[in-house]
Amino acid sequence: MSGEALFEVEALNVTYVDPRRSVRAVRDVSFALGRERLGIVGESGYGKSTLGRALLGLVQFPGIVEAQTLKFQGRDLKSFKPAEWQALRGRHVSMVMQDAKYSLNPVRRVGEQIMETYRLHNSKDRREARRRALEMLDAVRIREPEAVFDLYPHQLSGGMGQRAMIAMMLIGNPEALIADEPTSSLDVTVQNQVLRVMDELVAKRGMGLILISHNLSVVSSFCDRILVMYGGRIVESLDRDRLESARHPYTRALFASAPSLTHPVETLSVVKRDPAWAE
Amino acid sequence: MSSQPRSMIEVDDLHVSFKRGRGRIAAVQGVSFVVSAGATFGIVGESGSGKSTVLHAIAGLVPAPSSAVLIEGRPMPTTRVKSDRRLLQYVFQDPYGSLHPRQTVDRILREPLEIHRVEERDAAIAAALADVGLGPEHRYRYPHQLSGGQRQRVAIARALVLSPRILLLDEPTSALDVSIQAEILNLLARLRRERSLTSVFVSHDLAVVAHLCDTIAVMRLGRIVETLPVATLRAGEAGSAYTRELIAASKGYSRAEGLGEA
Repeated sequence: MSGEALFEVEALNVTYVDPRRSVRAVRDVSFALGRERLGIVGESGYGKSTLGRALLGLVQFPGIVEAQTLKFQGRDLKSFKPAEWQALRGRHVSMVMQDAKYSLNPVRRVGEQIMETYRLHNSKDRREARRRALEMLDAVRIREPEAVFDLYPHQLSGGMGQRAMIAMMLIGNPEALIADEPTSSLDVTVQNQVLRVMDELVAKRGMGLILISHNLSVVSSFCDRILVMYGGRIVESLDRDRLESARHPYTRALFASAPSLTHPVETLSVVKRDPAWAE
Repeated sequence: MSSQPRSMIEVDDLHVSFKRGRGRIAAVQGVSFVVSAGATFGIVGESGSGKSTVLHAIAGLVPAPSSAVLIEGRPMPTTRVKSDRRLLQYVFQDPYGSLHPRQTVDRILREPLEIHRVEERDAAIAAALADVGLGPEHRYRYPHQLSGGQRQRVAIARALVLSPRILLLDEPTSALDVSIQAEILNLLARLRRERSLTSVFVSHDLAVVAHLCDTIAVMRLGRIVETLPVATLRAGEAGSAYTRELIAASKGYSRAEGLGEA
């Protein structure tokens, strides 16, 4: 971790309450995010996305967020009121979701939507917002920003849609970006282009990034540090170049279960889950 | 398995196009390959490369001239009869979308047996379930009561219940978590061994295809860029620049190479 912490999280719990039973989706999670690329890996249903949403105050009833510490740049998020969250989101922390097609408004032009984000947090001036939106589209390497500005989301390819989303999320110049499976619906070659755009912008602006993904090769090749989640818990924290030294049996089994181009095996190893891991 | 490989599937200069507005889109343009009996042939490519359309054409789901698809040396008619269809079965990508939500597993597996008038259906269903690692307790459940991996097992059981010679697999593990993917890939490898199935495996994931296949065709924009043995691919000796690019991309993100170029 470098510099001061953007996020400080201690003993974060998210529980979904139901009259019959309650589910603890995130359990006792503690970590700090600096100006770094932090990866969160784990399989479906292990609380990765819920954790990301909790950091943005997006967990809604019946979900309940509790934490000993939940701070952003030293400000206590636990006491935040809806208006304060509103001011935080987009301006200081943004989130890129998996599918731009579902996250963008289908009946409004892409450029308008990017402008809206800018005008919400910065200047209300339409002309300036338009100029900034075009700059941003250019920054995410969309070739003809002027043309793409006037397109509707369904007219974009997957990779372009995702880049437009990144443009929209970064136009407010946030300090931290949470990317939840940002490249999972994309082809591998496009996936790497989108990661590159995100990587360069985050580095240039000195932002902190949380990349949530189930894709081990993406996370391990992109992030400086990786948190492994199992059953809502962080079972292990690994530095990028120390993946081989993973100690937790789940982490080891997970990495071993992925087929590899360079290390072929006859039979893939299967994760044998130990109930004790979730405790 | 016993004799030397003969060709089970032959695709010869296959062209498929779809009507789009006033024009046509050529989805597959002159694809040819041979799959010998008992082999697993992989097709990789990105979205829109035409890989699924090739599979559809083999299955007769899109019209193709009868000279373009041969199974056991026999040209497949454009309109297939029941006995042609029974030769091959399909497993699709989405285990959520490919099973009828209001039919039990039993009903889902029974339908193909009824269509093809197979006797002793109860025994066949029980055997198929056991074969894919599902217990009798799963037999009367609905798809929504099963996990994604279990659903994909049901889809595989449905394909196997008619004892086909050929299995067509279209991204069968793409919707699954890595650990579940490993279980399904192991299952497919075992079934292939035990039943000497011939299969065509389509995926966007090079590592997955390389794990299961002997020979791989790389497709792009409707054409096969290159057909190569997996060993060559693993050794990094792919002939075409596009295949090498795919290999590099599937190894993960590389920070260094990105500096400069778009």
